[in-house]
Amino acid sequence: MAAASTENAVRSSNAARVFVYLFLLLFALFYLLPFLIMLLNSLKPLEEITGGGMIALPRQWTIEPWLSAWSTAQIGVQPTGLRPYFMNSIMMAVPAVVMSTVVGALNGYVLTKWRFRGDTLIFGLLLFSCFIPFQIVLIPMARILGILQIAGTTPGLILVHFVYGIGFTTLYFRNYYAAFPTELVRAAQIDGAGFFQIFWRIMLPSSGPIIAVSFIWQFTNIWNDFLFGASFASGDAAPMTVALNNLVNSSTGVREYNVHFAGAIMAAAPTLLVYIVAGRYFVRGLMAGSVKG
Amino acid sequence: MAATDGFAGSGADFRTRLQNWLPKIVLAPSFAIMVIFVYGFIAFTIYLSFTDSRMLPSFGWVGWDNYDRLFRIREWNVAIKNLAIFASLYIVISTIIGLLLAIFLDQKIRGEGVLRPIFLYPMALSFIVTGTAWKWFLDPGIGIENTMHLWGFENFSFDWIKDREMAIYTVVIAAVWQSSGFVMAMFLAGLRGIDNEILKAAQMDGASNFQLYRRIILPQLRPAFLSAFVILSHLAIKSYDLVIALTGGGPGNATALPATFMYSYTFTRNQMGIGASSAVIMLMTIAAIMIPYLYAELKEKK
Repeated sequence: MAAASTENAVRSSNAARVFVYLFLLLFALFYLLPFLIMLLNSLKPLEEITGGGMIALPRQWTIEPWLSAWSTAQIGVQPTGLRPYFMNSIMMAVPAVVMSTVVGALNGYVLTKWRFRGDTLIFGLLLFSCFIPFQIVLIPMARILGILQIAGTTPGLILVHFVYGIGFTTLYFRNYYAAFPTELVRAAQIDGAGFFQIFWRIMLPSSGPIIAVSFIWQFTNIWNDFLFGASFASGDAAPMTVALNNLVNSSTGVREYNVHFAGAIMAAAPTLLVYIVAGRYFVRGLMAGSVKG
Repeated sequence: MAATDGFAGSGADFRTRLQNWLPKIVLAPSFAIMVIFVYGFIAFTIYLSFTDSRMLPSFGWVGWDNYDRLFRIREWNVAIKNLAIFASLYIVISTIIGLLLAIFLDQKIRGEGVLRPIFLYPMALSFIVTGTAWKWFLDPGIGIENTMHLWGFENFSFDWIKDREMAIYTVVIAAVWQSSGFVMAMFLAGLRGIDNEILKAAQMDGASNFQLYRRIILPQLRPAFLSAFVILSHLAIKSYDLVIALTGGGPGNATALPATFMYSYTFTRNQMGIGASSAVIMLMTIAAIMIPYLYAELKEKK
């Protein structure tokens, strides 16, 4: 370890290094424990939680809570389990992610390679729209969805997530394309390539990483959304987060903590999976979200 | 930009002009959507906040009445106070933890590749998941308190979540758990961007580690501090899901925040005018933080 630290300008004593490792491990535990406890308790019979404490390993392992959370638990009035709501979330997230990414890519392309007077202002307005508290649009949005007759439906939620996703996707692509050599675009233009040809042949082939960032980040945001889901799609069209909250807070009968935990892990699984598979892009999206490209 | 070749023959003329207009045509739908769904909606909500809307929007002008009444509603004042407590603790604690984790991780740590994703994964979860998990951990009946009792610490007591005075701090705990890893990632990126040569030079001049951090490294992290502050405060003001899942705003309305207040007054209590005015206050608060920041960022980039 001492050999490795010669690279770094900041050197530290052995005692200090022990402290550093302890500190880091303690926090690793702090972040990991809640998830482990959820997992363990989702595999226990209910009496073991109420009678035996949360930290203990299950004495009797069971997948009953998972089956219940997935297909028979009471959500609202119906004993449907979380499955239909999981599907709702997928049907909602996939189109909204694709649509907002396509539009964001085109916007980013225009805002960096076809600049015109006032484009910075337009970008500024789009950028600010990423950060508004959505409470400010809830009332008119409810009206518009009503007028379009898609209130309380998945298409309605797709529209909402598409609309409020454009700001972020534009931000990602703009920052990415800003670093792309404009000379290449100009050269292609002189060779007679048109607007879409340049986008298709030159920009898109090198956009892999940022498309991944946009997909992942939009998917995470949309999957995890609760406010829009709760406001515009209660009942059968509710997304997973809303259904989970209903499951946990429905006050009828015994509180089945193990089922709640199983449901929570199900709601977390898709975004967690994305994070595990493509964590690198996740972090990049996070950074781009803090505006610094 | 390409507007100079307008003198081409008339056959190519249409094509050229189309090419010149295409970028704007492509951007136009997004622009329209933004003007309607963002700025138009904001204007509409601001307008409603000056009307006597109750269950449905109505257009009887009442001037500043709603704002007047808003600040005399006890629950709103509780929400504001809670937001002040929550936001300041959330920002300060997340920043301290994030900074320490980043500095420590930057010491050529073995297994950094394992630790970093562990610190950051809660950010991928929904606040509803985080809230559900912590709701039961903090529940005195089955969570930490119960476990400690079973382990023989009979006098251990941790029932903040049921305590009107302390419940807001449980929201802080869960929120810090969720986002401190994100702050770590921001600081780590900042630390990795610092030129090692400068540090080596300072060390040759006899600077201690502490001095190195205080005088050279921390000042260079200023942009990261600023970004962390802006992002965290914006998250704090928007906080809604976490409170709903963790405490439901309770006990009573002890953990109400402006976002939960807005929702309940608008959609369950049918006081849309009041709800709209609270949303406007939220927007103004965020705008006061975001607009100067975004303006500076955009100007810097030019």
